[in-house]
Amino acid sequence: MTISHSSIVEKAADATARATPASLARHVRGLSDRAIAWLFIAPAITLLLAINIFPLIWAVYLSFTNYRANRPNAPVQGVGFGNYERVLNDPDIWQAMQTTAHFVFWTILLQTVIGFALAYLIDRKFRGHAFWTTIILIPMMLSPAVVGNFWRFLYEPQIGLFAYAVSLVSGIPTSDVQMLGNVSLAPWAIIIVDTWMWTPYVMLICLAGLRSIPDYIYEAAEVDRASPWRQFWSITVPMALPFIMLAVLFRGIENFKMFDMVTLLTGGGPGSVTEVASITLKRAAFESWATGRASAFAIVLFVAVFGLANIYVKALNKVKQR
Amino acid sequence: MSAANSAHSVVEPSLNSKRIAGTIVVLYALITLIPLVWIFLTSIKSPPDSISYPPKIVFTPSLEGYCNLFTTRTRQTPDYIASLPAPVGTCDEVTRKRNMVIAGPSNFLPRFVNSLVIAFGSTFLAVFLGTLAAYGFSRFRVPLADDLLFFILSTRMMPPIAVAIPIYLMYRELGLSDTALGMILLYTAVNVSLAVWLLKGFIDEIPREYEEAAMIDGYTRLQAFRKVVLPQATTGIAATAIFCLIFAWNEYAFAALLTSGEAQTAPPFIPTIIGEGGQDWPAVAAGTTIFLIPILVFTILLRKQLLRGITFGAVRK
Repeated sequence: MTISHSSIVEKAADATARATPASLARHVRGLSDRAIAWLFIAPAITLLLAINIFPLIWAVYLSFTNYRANRPNAPVQGVGFGNYERVLNDPDIWQAMQTTAHFVFWTILLQTVIGFALAYLIDRKFRGHAFWTTIILIPMMLSPAVVGNFWRFLYEPQIGLFAYAVSLVSGIPTSDVQMLGNVSLAPWAIIIVDTWMWTPYVMLICLAGLRSIPDYIYEAAEVDRASPWRQFWSITVPMALPFIMLAVLFRGIENFKMFDMVTLLTGGGPGSVTEVASITLKRAAFESWATGRASAFAIVLFVAVFGLANIYVKALNKVKQR
Repeated sequence: MSAANSAHSVVEPSLNSKRIAGTIVVLYALITLIPLVWIFLTSIKSPPDSISYPPKIVFTPSLEGYCNLFTTRTRQTPDYIASLPAPVGTCDEVTRKRNMVIAGPSNFLPRFVNSLVIAFGSTFLAVFLGTLAAYGFSRFRVPLADDLLFFILSTRMMPPIAVAIPIYLMYRELGLSDTALGMILLYTAVNVSLAVWLLKGFIDEIPREYEEAAMIDGYTRLQAFRKVVLPQATTGIAATAIFCLIFAWNEYAFAALLTSGEAQTAPPFIPTIIGEGGQDWPAVAAGTTIFLIPILVFTILLRKQLLRGITFGAVRK
């Protein structure tokens, strides 16, 4: 279950091929190259094994037991696939997955459209574009939790700037602009903040994509008298597509894990309309203390992210090869 | 979004289309900034001004938010307050105006210091381990290098909550729960993957001929690494360090689940600042402002390397 030899990994191969020739290695005093290579790589790998892989294997083990972390001394029993059965038959968990998918879909759609449009405009290289690009990048550098917290303030119906601005434009009284308290608006409150925060990320990657298109292609299109519209759809979009897809991949993985911003903005409410998978997982693990079941859910999530990412990377590689 | 007309090539857009593009982008940038400007303005408002309707754009600046951020206060009778000696300093003064007396320091400073210690500690470790591993991958024939590198990257794809349960249990056994050391190790593990990938990219760009020349001159491999490669990689190492720092500085999920007191960092702490009768928004805004300043500085410093850092070096600029 790996995103095997994805485009991201391709650089590794040629570096290995260029390794120091054996003739030179013989001249080298001290430790042999092989020893040094392991000496250098081992600490990082060891740490990752201890703090990432070991816990993951442990989670797999726990997912087959009825262990509860708040009762460490209770006898632990294996329950086979019982936890997985419960997770996959739990309507709340399916609801959370649906909510997550909803968020991932809308945030990615909005961020890609706005981000690409911004990149396209910035690529015109108007005066001061470097400065304004830097300004636009600020939100994505902030802590999602802190961002969520101060947007909660902006959304406050009676005192918040957002409610005030909406009411000023639309004439709706501020007391009716209940972004976080309203069942149909709360998901959009989160989508707005996520888009505010992460559009710059997509923009930056799209910008790199646009800048990678060689000028001569446009020059050739000019000679062929291709209309600007035609140039946009036949050159700009296809050439930038691998970059756009990379941005979607990274944002997709991140938003699948979405936790901090939602916790701070709505905590999953009102009711459970914004309860994304990570929040359900956190509740099962650290509020109900159903460690075994929570671990099973964690593994299901992990497999889902990896599976989807895997399929997606294959599509991405196909687009790249075109 | 009209492309250049046929008189100009698209490569050099017409002045007009540049102007339209510029206007839209600047407008977007300004709208983006509104929440940030608002949080700063709120931090220098008095609590009544911060919750007045309509929102106040013109107000008398006050340091009350910053004072409330750094102190805890107790309510006292006006008579008692009148009986006190003259106030010492601005904070004492604004607090007494609200019929309160400063009782002591708040938890903000210790939490902020935790953030500093954990962020810098984990960054140092991640960059140190990352540089070694990146050099190893860049210069030696490592068996299964592709798989190892992909494994390193994949650790970053896990939802933090998925590994939080066993890490919580593991830390409980090892006595690392709610300790700065535990958080440093955890953030180091998360960051080392980014560090290896980024630094490998930077080191790959340093011609290996430099070290080979040094080794022919009699340097050992380790000497060549220390005296030739490291100085060449300084910029890359610095950029990587800042990315690691930003991650550790901003992290919330692990911090919220694995720390509760002693080792709590600022992100889970700031939202818990509660004043009398609800959230003390100026104090929260003050905490947020102080917390965001380092990141603003780093963003400006890093703008050229940003793309590499956020894409694991998969896209270069």
